[in-house]
Formats: sequence, structure tokens, C-alpha cells
Amino acid sequence: MNLPPFLLEFLQALAAGVTVGGAYALMCIGLGIIFGSMRVINFAQGDFLMLGMYVAFYLTTGYGILAFLGPYAGPIIAAFLAGPVVFAVGWLVHRFIVSRVTGLGVAASEGAGAYGQIIVTLGLSLILQNGGLIVLGSTPTGIRTPLSRSSWKIGPILLNQARVVSFLVAVALVVAAYLFLGRTRTGKGLRAAADNSTAAIYMGIDVDRAHRIAWSLGVGITAVAGGLLASSQSFQPYVGFDFVIVMYAGVVLGGLGSILGAFWGGLLIGIVQQMSTLVLPYQLQNTAIFVVFLLIIFLRPQGLFGQLSERT
Amino acid sequence: MKSAAARRRWVIFAVAVVVLLVSLVIRSAYYQLVLTQVLLWAVLSLAWNILSGYSGYFSFGHAAFWGLGAYTVTLGMINLDLTPWLGIPLAAIVGGLAGAVIGYPTFRLRGHYFALAMLAYPLAMLYVFQWLGYQEVSLPMKRDAPLLYMQFADQRAYVVLALGLLVVALAVSLRVENSRFGMALLAIKQNEPAAEAAGIDTWRWKMRAIMLSGALAGMAGGLYAVVLLVVTPESVFGMLVSAQPLILALFGGVGNLWGPVIGAVVLVPLAEGLNGELGDVLPGIQGVVYGVAIILIILGAPEGVYWRLRDRFAKPRSAPLISAEPVPAVARSDARPTDRDDLLVLRGIGISFGGLRALDNVDLVVREGSLHGIIGPNGAGKTTLFNVVNGFLAPDAGEIRFGGDQLTGLRPNQVCRRGIGRTFQVVRAFSRMTVLENVVVGAFVGAHDDRAAEQMARAALDRVGLADRAAAMAGGLTTRELRLMELARALAPLPRLVLLDETLAGLGHDDLGGILDVIRRVREEGVTVLIIEHTMQAMVRLVDEFSVLDHGRLIAAGRPDEIVRDRRVIEAYLGRRWMDRVTNAVA
Repeated sequence: MNLPPFLLEFLQALAAGVTVGGAYALMCIGLGIIFGSMRVINFAQGDFLMLGMYVAFYLTTGYGILAFLGPYAGPIIAAFLAGPVVFAVGWLVHRFIVSRVTGLGVAASEGAGAYGQIIVTLGLSLILQNGGLIVLGSTPTGIRTPLSRSSWKIGPILLNQARVVSFLVAVALVVAAYLFLGRTRTGKGLRAAADNSTAAIYMGIDVDRAHRIAWSLGVGITAVAGGLLASSQSFQPYVGFDFVIVMYAGVVLGGLGSILGAFWGGLLIGIVQQMSTLVLPYQLQNTAIFVVFLLIIFLRPQGLFGQLSERT
Repeated sequence: MKSAAARRRWVIFAVAVVVLLVSLVIRSAYYQLVLTQVLLWAVLSLAWNILSGYSGYFSFGHAAFWGLGAYTVTLGMINLDLTPWLGIPLAAIVGGLAGAVIGYPTFRLRGHYFALAMLAYPLAMLYVFQWLGYQEVSLPMKRDAPLLYMQFADQRAYVVLALGLLVVALAVSLRVENSRFGMALLAIKQNEPAAEAAGIDTWRWKMRAIMLSGALAGMAGGLYAVVLLVVTPESVFGMLVSAQPLILALFGGVGNLWGPVIGAVVLVPLAEGLNGELGDVLPGIQGVVYGVAIILIILGAPEGVYWRLRDRFAKPRSAPLISAEPVPAVARSDARPTDRDDLLVLRGIGISFGGLRALDNVDLVVREGSLHGIIGPNGAGKTTLFNVVNGFLAPDAGEIRFGGDQLTGLRPNQVCRRGIGRTFQVVRAFSRMTVLENVVVGAFVGAHDDRAAEQMARAALDRVGLADRAAAMAGGLTTRELRLMELARALAPLPRLVLLDETLAGLGHDDLGGILDVIRRVREEGVTVLIIEHTMQAMVRLVDEFSVLDHGRLIAAGRPDEIVRDRRVIEAYLGRRWMDRVTNAVA
């Protein structure tokens, strides 16, 4: 099969976009759950992603605990395990820090509450990044697996195996998260607390607990996405920065507060990022994301799946 | 008010003298560099505070202005041989223009969306400057004419320059705080639609704030480049630069000129000092301690250091706007109801939300000097009608004339300027201002200067009988007082017409009578009143004319005694079956 070169490049970029978009979609869902239920702008989300990368890295290589699972399953299992580890970290962080500046008590105190949330997540971000620098060092690292060096060939298109696997895992997790929020009692409680936390309290839902679950789940899911990305790209403690904007762009694109929207938003951001290399120099790859981000905010601020409502 | 401003001017002067003395005492060039940085970050933080602290529009992207300023000075010097003495003022212009260019589209957004959009600008610029090949640009050394190019051997010269910039930033902030500029921003922060409806051109004030903020930040960034001699995209457009003013201002206290200064004085030396002492052993220790420090402060004093200290040590001050002089009489509205002309005329007004036809071909005439009631069941479109008249919503069809002038297409503050005031169904108070300040915000439209505005506000409070509560905080008022305060805010600029949206809702029987009296009196003073209500009883006693809305259509209009007997009105209120029963019973 002979395709014209441009079409070939186009399909190749599209395939790369979709496969990398899977992990983006997953991290966007993590952020989407937090923003959707708590209305907190979490600057540290990228740093929890970084944490997930390092947890997966050390589980796979550092301590060799998962070495017996082999070079194929090992990194994936490690990425999964990064979820509960970071979930636990998130739980503690929320219990002792974040919950003091979020939730109902703060919402009532008008203005001051929002400041507190922003500065606390900025502080967390500083601690995680620089603490990471002290503990983990600044040398870029990565999980090397046979998968990340080999590709499957579909016709003329090359598909990086590590990315394809991470895409499939990400999609499976997205479905799981979606079912959890839609079907389970805890998930419904989360959504109720997000919709109207005062009403949820009257319905007997423990909103503070719901927020803690949302926060921990959000950072945990994003950490799994990080763990998956860890086997297809190198990283250092400051890597979170690069993903903060990817995540916010994805979540806003899908519509703040919509889980399904966050999925499609993240996927689209991955595609935009990879496709932009067709027309833009490599350095401007991320600028393309900003442009899309700004366009969405201006043209359709409610996102693809969100709704706007305001009443005078 | 004047004395407070004068006192703060002296404090600014004293701070400048102290900084100068400190710079003389310090011998080490390193500590003088740290001092310079404290001053420059304080300026950036003050610039941020002018936009975000006063107006509540949080910017996560002030690095955009800082970085453009730094590159303006640097590239100007490299390419055009432009001295920083001119480059820094140029940076102010570039920063101000960037503010306009960024603000123009971005102020369509609010809240989180605004904050997130602002985050994107400096990061996008970062990549663009990298791509343009400005990875690491050094300012050329000018050994032949160092003074001409701001290259001093003595670090103290930079301290003095930065101090000069800080004094400018403080003076600007002080001026903003004590003028209608600051009052307008504060009103926007607390309730933007109410500010707009009270005649404040929110768009213009926000644009001014971001341009002023961008100009100050640009200057500080320009001087920063001169001091450090090397500019990289990361060091001037990076997230840390955007985060810095936020952290410093939030730490010190937002919305006050001393907050950002306190933040800079405490945190910048702490961070720099740690980096200097321990940076080799523990490369990120600065960031960790910084992070821990701000989290601890926020958990302990979420409102920031300044406000916490003020609450603890300062004696409770009386509200700043209180002066004891008697209020000179303000001329009443000159339009006496001598002739009963048509004042407000609506023709064929229609508006839809999605598939819902909220208003459908509505014709309405309000005569000058009348007390006109609009009634209708819930969801009939009453509030939508008000929103169309005062400009919150643009109608899909039809036209609105007020005193013969075309009103369609005007923004709420312009409608207010033409002489239409309004109140809201859910009271929109500026709850962290005093009652008097709330009303002053409304009076700005009709006043030439701030003093006249205060007099008009006092007169309006007199008219509604709330003068004795002038100094109270709006957040602590009862429903009745809030309704009266909102009425006073609408009346302050002496409008010809006021729109009252369910002013009687939620009031007990005792309060009701008082408010009805006030409304009657307002009308007797020559103001036309258009009032919405969905309870018939109170209205029948009050108005001379009724218009009845149902499902977005005007179904009846006329005198109260006609309306209460109108079949269509009874049907709309009580339903067809009730109607049939009544009819049958009578038959």
C-alpha cells in the first residue's frame, strides 16, 4: 500500500496523538473529578503525576519487586500500583492540609476561602517539586521496557507498543471510573456533593468525606496516568509543569465538571499536540495546546459537554 | 478619608527612608542584590494586587507582563542600543498594551475561567521566545558609558532605582484605593452585575486596572533584566514568576497595598537566604521551605498577615467614609410629573432561551410619574423583562425607548446613566462595604467628584429612612434594611425611573407597610416606579396601573380594579378549573 507522503505523515501523527491521548485523557479525568466535585484549582496535580511516575519507576526498576513479573507486565502493574500509593498520599494531604481550606465552612467565608485553596496547592506543588529534587535528584530518568523500543505495524503506520498498551489500560480505567461514579453509592454521593454540597448534606451525605475521596481518587488516577507515561518518556521532578496545562486544557475543553468530557478533552489535546508537529516547529508543540485552550475558553467556555447557567 | 490617605503617604515615605538606611548599612553586594529583588518582587506583587486584589479577577499569568518588560529592555538595548533609562518606560508602555490586548478578550470570562486563561499567556510566550531563539540573552556591557546604560559598580544604585519603582507602585495603589477607581473595582469584586446595574462601567474599569497592572509589572521586569544582566524565557515567563506575586500578596494580605510588601519582605529574603546557604547541599530546599511556610501561614491566617495583624492590633476604625458634617440638600429629580408622557415604551419585545420563548411580542407603556406594577405567576418572564430593559439581556426582537431615546443595545451601565435604576429579586449587596459605601457606588454615575457622590448617597439614605444605619456593614443587615439599601443605591444618582424586582418578597407584615410608604414617597418625589411582584394583595394597594405577564406574553393591562376582575388574569393565577368553578358557582 503506497500512500502519498503527506497523508502518511498525517495518519502517523493521528495515531501517535490517539495513543498518547489515552494517558492524557486519564490524567484529565483525575483532575476533572477534583475540580468537578470541589471546585478547587489544584496546581499540584502535575506534581502528583510526577509522583506516580517515580512510584512506578522505583517499583519496576529500583527495588526489583516486580522484576519477576517480566519486562512486559511489570511496568503496567507498577503503574497500577502507583494509583493506590498516591491515593494514600492524597488522603493524608487532604486530611491534614487541603480540607482546612476547602469545603463548606470555607465556602461560606466568601473570597478568603478561594485564596487559601490556591495558595495551599501552590505550596504543595513547590514542596513536591523541590522535595523531589532533593530526594530523587535532577537527572532525567525513565522506565525502559522492550515495549517502549518496539512498534506494531498496521499497514504503513508505526504504533509504539508501550503507548498502545498504555492507551488500552487508560481506556479500561476510564470506563471503570465512569462506572464507579455512575453506579456505586459512593460515586453518586460524590456527584451529589459536587452538584450542590449544601443539599447533599441535608440528604445525609458526608460532604467532607466525599471531597476527601474525590481528591484522593483524582490524584490517584492522575498518578496511574503518570505511571503509564513513565515507560514512554523521560522525566525529572519538574515534569509536572508540562502537564498542568495539558490537563487544564483537556478538562476545560471537555467542560469543567464533566467526566466524560474530560476523557474526550484529554484525547483531543493529545491529538492536537501530535498533529501540530505537522505544521509547526517542534518547540511550538505546546503553544498549539495553549491556542486551542484559549479558543475553547473564548468560543465555548462551557466546553464540549458542559453547561452554563446563570441567573440574575 | 483624607487624613487616612495622608497618614499612609507618610508611612510610604518612612518605608522608603528605612530601605535607604538599610542599603547604606549593608556592605555585601550579595545582600544588596537580595534587597533589590525584594523591592522588585514587591512591585510585581503590587501590580498583581491592583488587578486581582481589588477587582477579584485572579491572574495566574503576570509573568507575561514581567517577561515582556524584561525582553523589551534587553532586546531594545541589543538591537537598538536603547538605554534602559528609556527602555524601562518603554517596558511600561509594552506592559500596558499587553494588558489591553490580553484583557480585551479575556475579560469576557469570569472566575476560574479567567484565572485559567491568564495562566496560558505567559507559558505560550515562553515557548514562542524559545522558538525565536532568545534562549539566553545577555545585556551588552557598556564600559565606556556605564551611567548612561544603567550599569553601576555600586549595587546600592539598583536598590535606589528599585525603591523608586516601589514608591511609584505604592503611590499608584494608594491613589487607586482612595478613589472611585478602587471603589469600582471593589464593587466588581463583590457583585459585578450589581456594580454594572448601578452604573459602573465595569468593562472600562477592568481594562484600566489590567493596563495599569501590566505597565507596573513591565517596568519591574525591565529593571529586573538590568539588575540580573541575563534573561531566559524560563526565568521571566515561567510559572514561578506568575506564582510569585500571588504567593507574596496572598501571604501578606490581598486587597491592601501593604500586603504585597509584607509578603515580599518576609518571603523573598527567606527563599534567597536558604538558597544561598544550603543550595549546594540540598538543591531544592528553598522551594520546600517556601512551600511549607506559605501553607502554614494559610492554615493559621487564611486572610493574610496584614489583615490578621490589623484585626489583632488596630483599634476598630469607624468606616472610612464617615464625615460628621451636615448633608447639604441635593436637588431632587427635576422631572416633575407635570405632564403624563410616556416614559418607557416597549414594542414587540421577544427573547428566547434555547427553545423557551421567555418573552413573546411584549408591548408595554410606562407613563411618566406613574407607579406601574408588573404581576404574573412564577416563570412568567417578569425578571427577564427587567433584564432586557436594563441591558443584562439583549432582546431578539423589538425595541425599547426611554424618554424618546433608543435603549436597545445599550449595556447596563449606560442604561443606568440614562436614568434607570434597578433593584434585584435576590438582593445584590456589596456585603463587605458599609451601607453608605454601597450607596456611594450607585451615586458615582450622577456625581462629578467623589465628594458629591457621598452627598448624594447620604441624601438617598435619607429618602429611604436608612440614614442612621449608614456606617453599618451591609453583610449584617436585615432583609428589610437590605431592600431599602438597594433602593437607596438605585435612587442615589437621581434616576427618572426605578425598576423594583420583588422588593416586597420575604418581608413580614410589619416591614411591608414601611416599604410601601417609602415606595409611595419616592413616586411623589417625581420618580417613575416600575415594580414586579407576584402577590396581588400588596400591589393592589400600591400601584395605579397593572400589566400582567403569563408565559412570556402580556395578557392584560389596566387599572387595579379592572385587572382583579379580568378573566384571563384569574385563569393565569388560579388555573382554568378554578375559573370554571367560579363561573359555575356564580351562574
